[in-house]
Amino acid sequence: MNATTTFHLDGEEIPFTPGQTIMQAAVAAGTYIPHLCWHPDFQVNGSCKLCTVKVNGRFGSSCTMEAQVGMEVENRTAEIDDKRRTLLQMLFVEGNHFCPSCEKSGDCSLQATAYELKMMSPHFDMFYPDRPVDASHPDVLLDFNRCIMCGLCVAASRDVDGKNVFYMGGRGLLGRRVHISSESGRLADTGFAVTDRAASICPVGVILPKRRGFAVPIGQRKYDLAPISEQVKVKTP
Amino acid sequence: MNAPIAPPRKLRVATASLAGCFGCHMSILDIDERILKLLDLIEFDRSPLTDIKHCGPCDLGIIEGGLCNAENVHVLREFRKNCKILLALGACAINGGLPAQRNHLDLRDVLEEVYQTEYLVTHGGIPNDPELPLPLNKVHPLHEVVKVDYFLPGCPPPADAIWKLLTDLLAGRTPNLGHGLLHYD
Amino acid sequence: MSETDLIDAVLDRHRRDGTRLMQILREIQEQLGWLSPATLTAIAGAIAWPRAKVEGTADFYSFFYTRPMGRFRVLWSDNITDRMLGSSDLMSAMCKKLWLEPGRVSEDGLVSVDTTSCTGMCDQGPALLVNSRAVTRMTQARVGEMVSLIRSETPVAEWPAEWFAIEDNIRRKDILLDHGLVPGQALAAALERGPQGMLAEIKSARLRGRGGAGFSTGQKWEACRSAAGHGADPARYVVCNADEGEPGTFKDRVLLNSYSSLVFEGMSIAGLVVGAKKGLLYLRGEYRYLLEPLQAALEARRRANLLGSNILGTAFEFDIEIHLGAGAYICGEESALIESLEGKPGRPRIRPPFPVTRGYLDQPTTVNNVETLAAACLIATHGSDWYAAHGTEKSTGSKILSVSGDCERPGIYEYPYGTTVRQVLEDCGASDYQAVQISGPSGICLAEAEFDRRIAFEDIPTAGAFMVFDETRDMFEVARNFAHFFAHESCGFCTPCRVGTTLVRNLMDKIARKHGSPYDIDELFKLHRLLQGASHCGLGNSACNPVFDTLNKFRPAYEHRLMSLNYEPAFDLDAALSQARQMTGRDDAGAHFPDEAEA
Ligand SMILES: Cc1cc2nc3c(=O)[nH]c(=O)nc-3n(C[C@H](O)[C@H](O)[C@H](O)COP(=O)(O)O)c2cc1C
Ligand code: SF4
Ligand code: SF4
Ligand code: SF4
Ligand code: FES
Repeated sequence: MNATTTFHLDGEEIPFTPGQTIMQAAVAAGTYIPHLCWHPDFQVNGSCKLCTVKVNGRFGSSCTMEAQVGMEVENRTAEIDDKRRTLLQMLFVEGNHFCPSCEKSGDCSLQATAYELKMMSPHFDMFYPDRPVDASHPDVLLDFNRCIMCGLCVAASRDVDGKNVFYMGGRGLLGRRVHISSESGRLADTGFAVTDRAASICPVGVILPKRRGFAVPIGQRKYDLAPISEQVKVKTP
Repeated sequence: MNAPIAPPRKLRVATASLAGCFGCHMSILDIDERILKLLDLIEFDRSPLTDIKHCGPCDLGIIEGGLCNAENVHVLREFRKNCKILLALGACAINGGLPAQRNHLDLRDVLEEVYQTEYLVTHGGIPNDPELPLPLNKVHPLHEVVKVDYFLPGCPPPADAIWKLLTDLLAGRTPNLGHGLLHYD
Repeated sequence: MSETDLIDAVLDRHRRDGTRLMQILREIQEQLGWLSPATLTAIAGAIAWPRAKVEGTADFYSFFYTRPMGRFRVLWSDNITDRMLGSSDLMSAMCKKLWLEPGRVSEDGLVSVDTTSCTGMCDQGPALLVNSRAVTRMTQARVGEMVSLIRSETPVAEWPAEWFAIEDNIRRKDILLDHGLVPGQALAAALERGPQGMLAEIKSARLRGRGGAGFSTGQKWEACRSAAGHGADPARYVVCNADEGEPGTFKDRVLLNSYSSLVFEGMSIAGLVVGAKKGLLYLRGEYRYLLEPLQAALEARRRANLLGSNILGTAFEFDIEIHLGAGAYICGEESALIESLEGKPGRPRIRPPFPVTRGYLDQPTTVNNVETLAAACLIATHGSDWYAAHGTEKSTGSKILSVSGDCERPGIYEYPYGTTVRQVLEDCGASDYQAVQISGPSGICLAEAEFDRRIAFEDIPTAGAFMVFDETRDMFEVARNFAHFFAHESCGFCTPCRVGTTLVRNLMDKIARKHGSPYDIDELFKLHRLLQGASHCGLGNSACNPVFDTLNKFRPAYEHRLMSLNYEPAFDLDAALSQARQMTGRDDAGAHFPDEAEA
């Protein structure tokens, strides 16, 4: 590795290859930057803004910004984590998140990130939106009450499965939603299969396989074992 | 001087269960033998654990459950008026929890369905006894109606988390829960 | 013609090309009234797009209807200036006469009445759109007549023509509006200079964008010119941004109405400089009525050999196409505009790459405001020295302002850059003024003490809006109107803006209902700090500006509404028992909450 291609992340020297984003370089170095919509296997989306950092004094999304030599990047400062906590609270109040009755609980990125950032309450008034549940498909349940609009299902269905079952559309807080590619709007009327990549990509509890239930006992689920910040997958080149 | 600030008297604590299931209160009792230690530090005012009916001036109010009827609101306001610190305990107090699952339905439809559908007709329709508290149009978490100072999520919150939070508060520390103590389910 | 034939005809006219989806949806809807699930399926099949993608676009724009709508669709412009002219009362009166709730379609499917974001008629409001056609200067009398015409199902085409009259109201002309050029003159001069020479002229004239951001036009064109095209079909594009969605702005409407030759010529000059063969003009849906006249103007230019191939006898080849938007303020943001041009929801792209390297169809694209392009004609004709002699050192040339609100002569005012706000106020006949909102809700709110500041990039930059508020106006209500605007127009892509703009709107409504406390003011400041840094695009970044400005400059307007020093709920507790009271028939003391203040 060329010694000159590094930047600073909270004072730590992070090496990078030209073209890499701050997020990619940080993950490769095993350093956690909170994120929800970014996934190493997919095109960057840049919508959740959890990965907001301060670069040379200005805010930016670390999943979209390319690393530059000598950058000073602030990540886990009180100021930025405060903003991230507020973003999480926004995501919690805009949907309906009742973790005790959610199969994803313990394995959910939203929840785990909220633990990491010590979110004790949703803070804002709840919206309690009326969002649909689609149980039409024989093997997969969709509960959009928990959707955080990360776009990962769209990317997986398009880029891996080649099916384009999902697409983000609509506008604003109430309008924006995942559209399902059938005239009825039902998942059963698409070519979706439980073996699709899109069936297992959702970071929260929207896209769930049926007949699985609360499979892993409390205490042994992914984020029971270790906080999300300690589970950064380091890709060995 | 660095002398520790010792509480000059026992702290007075009130608790209540509003639209909740008493699960959070059970979790308080689950701190087991530590409750004795706790009782050295605090005394209970109004609480299901005592028989005091109205909350007097308190240092700490702990509320389980959200707001689903007028009575819940009265109790919450009584607590807020009398307690220096108010703690929302558990999922329902914090985001409405299970009772709030009715929020996407119209209350009128809910009442009709429950009291006036065919096989329940003999129960005499929707009760209108002035003794009964009226349900609110929507279920609300506590922080939508009064200012809440601290929150402890969980359904219920683990006894260890309650212990940690209470001992932090009693010692005058900003509560801080480590991994495993903060969870929403 | 059957529905299928009709849909097919539209699809064929657009070569079944998905990037033309916006135009396909609009034209089909203009004939069928709405876009049914079956229609969307048919379109998706024909353009070979996933159905959800077609639905995603149809669902995004305010003027596309995926549910059956009234045969008459009335949309009242809801800018603060319309409200100041009495639009709320007029709309209520209309609803009352029609026995209609705002936002609902009447049961017989005849009519719907609702509000829409500013339609750009602020100098001649209250304004509305009826079946996409703009009506100005509404009065109680007109409301009455309109209701009769709707009831008798008289086609809009047969309504009194004077209702649809739209005035230019040009009050002050400077170098641009008084250009004195004949069609082709500027283009001939540009061809004479050649692409390099023309670029050099634009650069030394120091022309800066009039659309808001004030980016150097020379730099932008140069970057586009030097960017290589991509793929099998490399090309470059010129896009004219005529989305003009910023409330209070209407100068591009006047330019397109009476100076379109200058605008098209500016686009051609840009095409010459960057090496583009095609220009696209993105016209906001609210200006639908300009489509046919503009198309006729393009036709005339083609006949005059000012568009097409061998323009003015040279090898230069360039043509222009008009795309109509469908009611989405975000499409004024250049990368969202490009998405929309490609048939998609107007979602701002991640930048970089910037449009100059990867824009329309992934090709190098320069996006410029209508006025910027028109100004380029002056530089082509008169040269940079002449141009730069106008205005200030850092802001050369002139700026067209759209003046509205509390003044005697609202309309279009062109000034050399460097003119003071006070000068404009004097010229437009404003008196007893307390504030001016410059550059629309995303701009800046100035109080009296700042009226000697100057309209210029280095002092008060503006995209053109200039809304005047006299002492009788409540600046809190102004900010609240703007908060509603942003919540309505947020595209919903990023978390801070999608949720934050609605939280701000709700807090403003809470304060308006007199349920607010100082706690809510702190919340507004906190949201401002978050949205400003963390949002994906300019909309979210500036969405709290009006609230922030008025909180700083007109704080008492908020404070006198606060209910108490203590935290207060956002809703009326007593009203929260209404349904239970109704169902039980109770009205005893226990069926109410004691007055909140004494509780
Ligand atoms: C939310 C938003 C809305 C915008 N609306 C417009 C608009 O209606 N017209 C416009 O010319 N520019 C608008 N802009 C600015 C454009 O992104 C872009 O900077 C401009 O069209 C460039 O042209 P110029 O360099 O000639 O000013 C908007 C920007 C944002 C962030
Ligand atoms: S999706 Fe995650 S945060 Fe939402 S309810 Fe399920 S576990 Fe909780
Ligand atoms: S359904 Fe899941 S994966 Fe798809 S956008 Fe919503 S949260 Fe993301
Ligand atoms: S800031 Fe607002 S308008 Fe811009 S991308 Fe985000 S949600 Fe969309
Ligand atoms: S992870 Fe960067 S915006 Fe979502």
